Amino acid sequence: MAVGKSVQRKDGVAKVTGKARYTDDFSMPGMRVAKYLRSPIAHGRVVRIDTTRAEKLPGVDGVFTFHDVPKNTFATAGHPFSLDPEHGDVADRLLLTDCARFQGDEVAVVVTRDDMTAHKALSLIEVEYENLKPLIRMQDVLAHDAPELHKRSRNLIKEHAYTVGGDYKKAIEESDHLIEGVFETQIVQHCHLENHSSYAYMDDMDRIVIVSSTQIPHIARRIVSEALNFPLSRIRVIKPHIGGGFGNKQDVILEPMVAFLTLKLGGIPIRLKLNREECMVGTRVRHPLHIQVKAGISQEGNLNVIDYDAVSNTGAYASHGHSIVSAAAAKTHYMYPRAIYRCRARTIYGNFPSAGAMRGYGSPQIIFAVESLMEDAARKLGIDSVDFRLKNAVKPGDINQIGKRPIVTAGLIECIEKGRDLIDWDKKRATLQTPQTGPVRKGLGIACFSYLSGTYPSCVEPASARLILNQDGSVNLLVGATEIGQGSDTVFAQMTAETLGTSYEKVHVVSNQDTDVTPFDSGAYASRQTYVTGQAVMRAASELKDKILAYAGVITGMNPGELDIDEGNIVIAKSRQTAVMSLKDLSMDAYYNKNRGGQITSEVSCKALTNAPSYGCTVVDLEIDIPMCKVKINEIYNIHDAGVIINPLTSEGQIHGGMAMGIGAALFEVLMVDPDSGRIYNNNMLDYKVPTIMDIPGLGSGFVQTHEPTHPYGSKSLGEPPVLTPAPAIRNAILDATGIAINELPMNPKTLFTHFKNAGLL
Amino acid sequence: MNRNISFTINGKSVTLLVDVRQSLLEVLREHGYTSVKEGCGVGECGACTILIGNTPVDSCLYLAVWADGRTIRTVEGETRNGDLSEVQQAYLDAGAVQCGYCTPGLIMTSTAFVEKNKDNTSISRHDIKRAHAGNLCRCTGYETIIRAVEQCLTPEKPNQDTHCKCKAESGE
Repeated sequence: MAVGKSVQRKDGVAKVTGKARYTDDFSMPGMRVAKYLRSPIAHGRVVRIDTTRAEKLPGVDGVFTFHDVPKNTFATAGHPFSLDPEHGDVADRLLLTDCARFQGDEVAVVVTRDDMTAHKALSLIEVEYENLKPLIRMQDVLAHDAPELHKRSRNLIKEHAYTVGGDYKKAIEESDHLIEGVFETQIVQHCHLENHSSYAYMDDMDRIVIVSSTQIPHIARRIVSEALNFPLSRIRVIKPHIGGGFGNKQDVILEPMVAFLTLKLGGIPIRLKLNREECMVGTRVRHPLHIQVKAGISQEGNLNVIDYDAVSNTGAYASHGHSIVSAAAAKTHYMYPRAIYRCRARTIYGNFPSAGAMRGYGSPQIIFAVESLMEDAARKLGIDSVDFRLKNAVKPGDINQIGKRPIVTAGLIECIEKGRDLIDWDKKRATLQTPQTGPVRKGLGIACFSYLSGTYPSCVEPASARLILNQDGSVNLLVGATEIGQGSDTVFAQMTAETLGTSYEKVHVVSNQDTDVTPFDSGAYASRQTYVTGQAVMRAASELKDKILAYAGVITGMNPGELDIDEGNIVIAKSRQTAVMSLKDLSMDAYYNKNRGGQITSEVSCKALTNAPSYGCTVVDLEIDIPMCKVKINEIYNIHDAGVIINPLTSEGQIHGGMAMGIGAALFEVLMVDPDSGRIYNNNMLDYKVPTIMDIPGLGSGFVQTHEPTHPYGSKSLGEPPVLTPAPAIRNAILDATGIAINELPMNPKTLFTHFKNAGLL
Repeated sequence: MNRNISFTINGKSVTLLVDVRQSLLEVLREHGYTSVKEGCGVGECGACTILIGNTPVDSCLYLAVWADGRTIRTVEGETRNGDLSEVQQAYLDAGAVQCGYCTPGLIMTSTAFVEKNKDNTSISRHDIKRAHAGNLCRCTGYETIIRAVEQCLTPEKPNQDTHCKCKAESGE
């Protein structure tokens, strides 16, 4: 049995020995360096650009501007293609622009022999801008006389509004209490350790080969084709090991440009890699949201209705902008499904770095608002925070009001109970005085979440797996799903071993995706791969097993139905003791017998037609030093219902990483944009406070294992969910300690100072 | 301007002609030591940490010419005769590896710390954290990195949880 065990990750040794190769670790003879010229202002039209001096510099192969690039706008969001044009991504981007829409927008690019020449060449390009008013604040963007960032957009990308679950007006009227709140979330950056990097060249068949740090190689291939009007079949995308993505590489950022440059320059290899300062602004960030929430609650504490109106600012270009806020709202309904939901979501443009996908995809922001409001509700009614959530939490059999389908596995109540017990909630609650006095005060907080396992039915969920029986009896597994550090290769190998009946060590995963080689899969996002790709892996392994047993029947004359595979041997199914032959012997016969056989392979490509909600919560015990405006976390736990846990060790790692990212967003991180000028103050990892080891407390985790029937191994999503609840749990604990509700992020000393001062604590 | 420099790296003596403006990070990567990663190039992230003598150093901030006459270790040299070092093994056992980009630098920081404190019985969780404060990791939340170092300092009790109740409940 391989599923459920903490086997060592497939890429573990490669990574601890430094042998794992990332995009920058490959080079080719004659490889050139490309570098962007970035706009120094947040909003302005290029009225004159002169590249003559740069072009004359020795070592410069080419200088390109807006005038040189294809004039068809393309969409960068890493979604599968939508056959419904209404559901398609917003195509608002060119390879280079003549209108800067954020500080750092790409107005020209140089190709040179080395980095130093590139810097020199960039300094020789002369640009004159006509300044336009930067639009950062929501009210400025939506003002009637605001200039349009994109023509005919009115600065509004999309608007959604719906009500589900029943009669909204009646539910409001019947509620004994109406609780309201306004919440603001900040711009967060992914800060994966490997910056974006791509290179491209043309092969001997005049095809463009792109090697890139991407979560979505197959999608990147299509988008490059669209951006360049170049045949898809003549584009090949290769993904080596990648140094983190967290959604920032679920977008095509550099791939169309490197492809364009090599095409322009006769196929020479060209590398475009961002430095950290560029990566902080020139890729994607998390959407800042302004959320107004209202909840209607009965005297007994039943949540009747939740109503939210969210404005999401996607920055300079749409990227994933139109889908983030509606996806997040939809996923949140699974948490308290007996309530009526009314939702209005608008996505607008603004003159700051483009917001795209980031771990949690809008849910961290929405859940911050909803779970903060639930806390306020519990307090108003005088109900314990845990009890209030237990009363309203999802139960198996509840109906999700959007899809009108019953929710099958739902371990939220058990997660809350487990969290309560792990942190010793009841005992600590009994000893905490209210209200507290003195400079250091203690608080307890909880917040819950629901999430989904993929994007169906909003988007298509394709996955493929190919298995090959090797001559030594081991198997090679090829998937288009991408390992980005989350451990997907490892769990796919575990699933294969489990279903095939061989050992985990005998499953070799071809880890580097190559669109010429690995079968189609849309990639790493939406916490989808274990759930969606796992279905293809299981079916491919079953098919391979059937073929192997059928061939064993051919060799031995036995009935394949009476045979099985156990630890790499063909055995009699009933006794399991008697080995008929080894997989190696069977395979050698299949490969080399002159009169029968052939290489034994299986391949499955399928689509997930289900989606399973996952659940969990964060509980936190903290103290707050009021004069210092500093929060100290004493204990924090994330408890997850992610179905059956395929690999406890790597799953725990996902939880830790998500919690740390959640704590970072709660207490430290904000990309600071000047609201008047659009200037970015902290595009580096010193001034942008990505948490160090000193900032993160001990992290605790726990699982409630349900068995999800729509997944072959009972599993559900885990990659993104851990980031969702630390921030609202911390906010609620600060409220518990001080009586002050902080409805904005991050809750750093600067924010806390303002609130404490206003409340008279300082 | 170019200059010849000689140093010992992973037990081997080398002499290289380098541009005096180059960082040691650039020179090492050019010569195939690609375990040394660039995450920021300005000493913020620690992904390029190597040991100079026994001291962890951000090689992006260290001019290549300063390495003349020094002894350098990178993670490529930590595996001896095919066996992982104690720290490399502990990182695997503890689950301290995810995307792996910060891993070579972190392992070198941990290696220096473990070698220095092998016989020190009073090392606290706080001491471990202080020693690793120059290495950013965005995947692990650092919890398993601390556990890996603890495993090296208390090898007879590899699974003992010495810090707090925060160890995960096993999903098994």
